[in-house]
Amino acid sequence: MNAPRINGDAVLRFAPHARFRFDEVRQAWIVLAPERLLLPDEHAVEILRLIDGARDVDVIIDELAGRFEAPRDVIAGDVLPMLQDLVDKKVLRQ
Amino acid sequence: MTSPMGVNIEPPLALLAELTHRCPLRCPYCSNPLELSRASVELDTETWRRVFGEAAALGVLQVHFSGGEPLVRRDLVDLVADASKVGLYVNLITSGIRLDAERLARLVEGGLEHVQLSLQDSDPVFGDRIAGFAGAQQAKREVAALVCAAGLPLTVNAVVHRQNLRHLENIIDLAVTLGADRLEVAHVQYYGWALANRAALLPSREQLDTATATVEAARDRLAGRLVIDYVVPDYYAHRPKACMGGWGRRFLNITPAGKVLPCHAAETLPGLGFPTVAEASLAEIWYHSPVFARFRGTAWMAEPCRSCERREIDWGGCRCQAFALTGDAARTDPACALSPDHGLLAAARHSAKEAAPDFVHRRHPAVPQRPSERVS
Repeated sequence: MNAPRINGDAVLRFAPHARFRFDEVRQAWIVLAPERLLLPDEHAVEILRLIDGARDVDVIIDELAGRFEAPRDVIAGDVLPMLQDLVDKKVLRQ
Repeated sequence: MTSPMGVNIEPPLALLAELTHRCPLRCPYCSNPLELSRASVELDTETWRRVFGEAAALGVLQVHFSGGEPLVRRDLVDLVADASKVGLYVNLITSGIRLDAERLARLVEGGLEHVQLSLQDSDPVFGDRIAGFAGAQQAKREVAALVCAAGLPLTVNAVVHRQNLRHLENIIDLAVTLGADRLEVAHVQYYGWALANRAALLPSREQLDTATATVEAARDRLAGRLVIDYVVPDYYAHRPKACMGGWGRRFLNITPAGKVLPCHAAETLPGLGFPTVAEASLAEIWYHSPVFARFRGTAWMAEPCRSCERREIDWGGCRCQAFALTGDAARTDPACALSPDHGLLAAARHSAKEAAPDFVHRRHPAVPQRPSERVS
């Protein structure tokens, strides 16, 4: 495996041709990418809204742990696999 | 929205816009209907512009420009810009023939987001032979380089079958060389022209298993560099594919002449009068057309689908395949092992063990064939 593995100090942003936007018809957030369409659930939306090419993954996890008053390792267990999957799908990049 | 039948109808996600049936290639597995639309009946720029607006308002998010070869439309740059302007994510599905840097730059400026380039084989001589077009392979190499230089993501779509599966390893390597982000390894689906060539194209079980192992190894080796999507042929499946994600659930297809279909092969089904964009808006068609309601949801299903726990996973499989193989579009897709017609596929699989006959190239009656394009 030579996929880039993300960890806490990774800074992620959306790939140039991925679009994360609000769809008025569905009243929902969507991710558009080449021949992919993702309809993230509300937890995923909370995570994706923090992807800005500036915060690193640790900061995002801290922020979500604070916001949901949840143990940090529980949040990390949700966030890391989801972000890794999106990196693997080339929707996000480091 | 809920239909009179009580089916909850979601807005469609994507539109396949078949701009034309004209194409310089003559692939033996062409998925277009046997009867092609002529250039004179193609929708004009204005009509497409209106349709894109209706699609976006209806909730369509992505438009796939397809054909035939969309590049033969002289107004392609305008069409891309029109679709992009109303917020659609624009994908161009192309053979790449006759795309130069200048036109690509104008397409990108118009809002093109992604290119899907077809690839017939890794070997230039064999690739040109499949495409029925001398120089196709070289043109594709050049176009891939242009797409990458323009900063667009590139998907290579490699259609695989019994005559090129032995090159699969090289096809995957070529996709990497071409700079692809994604590779679709798509086994031929047997509709239209491809069904007529089934005996020449259907792989053996052994070939299929080797191909699957090759893809799995490549996925591992190339993780993070190349995403590989793999479409297994129905003929070796145990359960059918959820064709189009279910009839009238996710996709709209508009033919060159403006017919609105739930899938691009649906015109092969008899007795369904498909509406056109001239007769009604896309929203009226999506929510109210009887042909979109015909196989939507599960109420139309007979056994074994009706009581199957997978009925909302497979959606009964493919209506066009059910019709093509059994003569009844409302039967369970024979690709399903539970179908009483599943034996029909076994017969085709059995013949895949024998020597393959020659395939017959796609014919375009409207386009005179130039001697320079004849390759054998």
